[in-house]
Amino acid sequence: MSSREKSLSAEPETPPKRARFSLSSWVEERVDLGSVREFIRHKTVPHHRSSYWYYAGGITLFLFLVQVLTGSLLLLYYQPSESNAFESVRFIVTQVRFGWLIRSVHSWSANLLVAMAFIHMFSTFFLKSYRKPRELTWFSGMVLLLLMMAFGFSGYLLPWNTLSFFATMVGTNIAGALPLIGNFMLRFLRGGDSVTGSTLTRFFGFHVAILPALTILVLVLHLWLIQKQGMSTPLQLEKESRERGENLPSIPFFPNFLMRDMMAWYIVLAVVGWLATLFPWELGVKADPFASAPPGIKPEWYFLFTFQTLKYIPARILPFEGEVLGILAFGLGGLLWFLVPFLDPNPSASRWSRGVNQAGIWIVIFILVMTGVGYVAK
Amino acid sequence: MENVGNGKRRKILQFLLGTGVSASFITFLYPIIAFLLPPKTRASGPNYVEAGALQELPVNSGKVFQFGSQPSILVRTAEGELRAFNATCTHLGCTVQYVPESKVIWCPCHNGMFDLHGRVIAGPAPRPLQEHKVNVLEGKIIVSRA
Repeated sequence: MSSREKSLSAEPETPPKRARFSLSSWVEERVDLGSVREFIRHKTVPHHRSSYWYYAGGITLFLFLVQVLTGSLLLLYYQPSESNAFESVRFIVTQVRFGWLIRSVHSWSANLLVAMAFIHMFSTFFLKSYRKPRELTWFSGMVLLLLMMAFGFSGYLLPWNTLSFFATMVGTNIAGALPLIGNFMLRFLRGGDSVTGSTLTRFFGFHVAILPALTILVLVLHLWLIQKQGMSTPLQLEKESRERGENLPSIPFFPNFLMRDMMAWYIVLAVVGWLATLFPWELGVKADPFASAPPGIKPEWYFLFTFQTLKYIPARILPFEGEVLGILAFGLGGLLWFLVPFLDPNPSASRWSRGVNQAGIWIVIFILVMTGVGYVAK
Repeated sequence: MENVGNGKRRKILQFLLGTGVSASFITFLYPIIAFLLPPKTRASGPNYVEAGALQELPVNSGKVFQFGSQPSILVRTAEGELRAFNATCTHLGCTVQYVPESKVIWCPCHNGMFDLHGRVIAGPAPRPLQEHKVNVLEGKIIVSRA
């Protein structure tokens, strides 16, 4: 008997029966998934007459995932240089199979993503979900919105067409008009004094590396906070349920809420597919830095209300430059909006809190009107 | 009785939902997979190319030149004959070179060797090098596809 055989015979006898292989038990033996299962089983979501607003955040997240997928696909063919960018996008939409569809889905879903993020933000605002303890969720959400707009601004230039070239010229000039940091911002954004191939390379870097990295960090924080604190419920409903002495009704997250969420995603995907197929995103004409700007240069629609308002501000207001004052006013407005949880710390039926709400309504009206005017005006 | 009916209905609905979702997923995957495959570009290019002046290519030497989108090699043998081949090694695609000392075409990647007719004489290359036609016109070497 060899030493190996001896050692084997010394081991306690194990039954030779072999259990049927199961992937879940194979994983379970190595990683304890019990806690995850327990967590999923116990997670619930409030269910009430305003709970459809909850889907706005999920749809925004879904559209972001569509962006990541289609953006990664476009990267396989896109060439970020002044001489090749336009041609490579033309190659994608004319030569690569379904290239037109992938690009159109990327552009349409990007726009719907920003629209959904706005809807999500305003629903959070009017339901006063930013109140304690969810201030950090509001702040992280606002940062995400800014990041999405930065994605839009940087991505707009990448096809290197006339419209995007001059929109970038105007957009970076607006940043350049800021006092003190304007010159730095202008050169930082453009990668030089004017919009050139260096700007394109830089915007490409922002769009596919820096912004995604920042977004992942803030998105994880945002989702973690939502998970940690649960969904907020409207004040009125909280009050009603308190008066009745009952807890607000809720539904299990899995599968009930997730199935509803996915149903909403499916509908959104259908809408994106419909838009991308029937209204493919245009490529335009290749940018020529030495040609005159064509009439009707406009930024993406979500910058349009700012752009249009700046047009109405006179060149000089007393000793100050009108445009600088306008930009500073928008900056201040944005800052106040960002700090809403501190400006309205105890949302209730108080007069102050109602005033914050009314200000919100006026802001929405202002944005809608100025965006509309921006589209109609020459 | 009603429960049995409900159970059946539920199963039918689940089946419809399951097949509907699976089918739509396949329709999403199809354009993605088609997109991943690069479109075929025609391997066209010029049928001939000027590979240099005869007097600039010494006897028993070789040079690599561009023919369309591919590298090709032109060899002037010790006897003064001109030969040209596709310079892409048939093993794993490295670009070959002429070795005057041993008078062979050599691929440095895996030590493949070809004679001056493009035939494999040593190493792992599975096929001979594709030969081109060579003509000299007013002192210029013109290489054309055979």
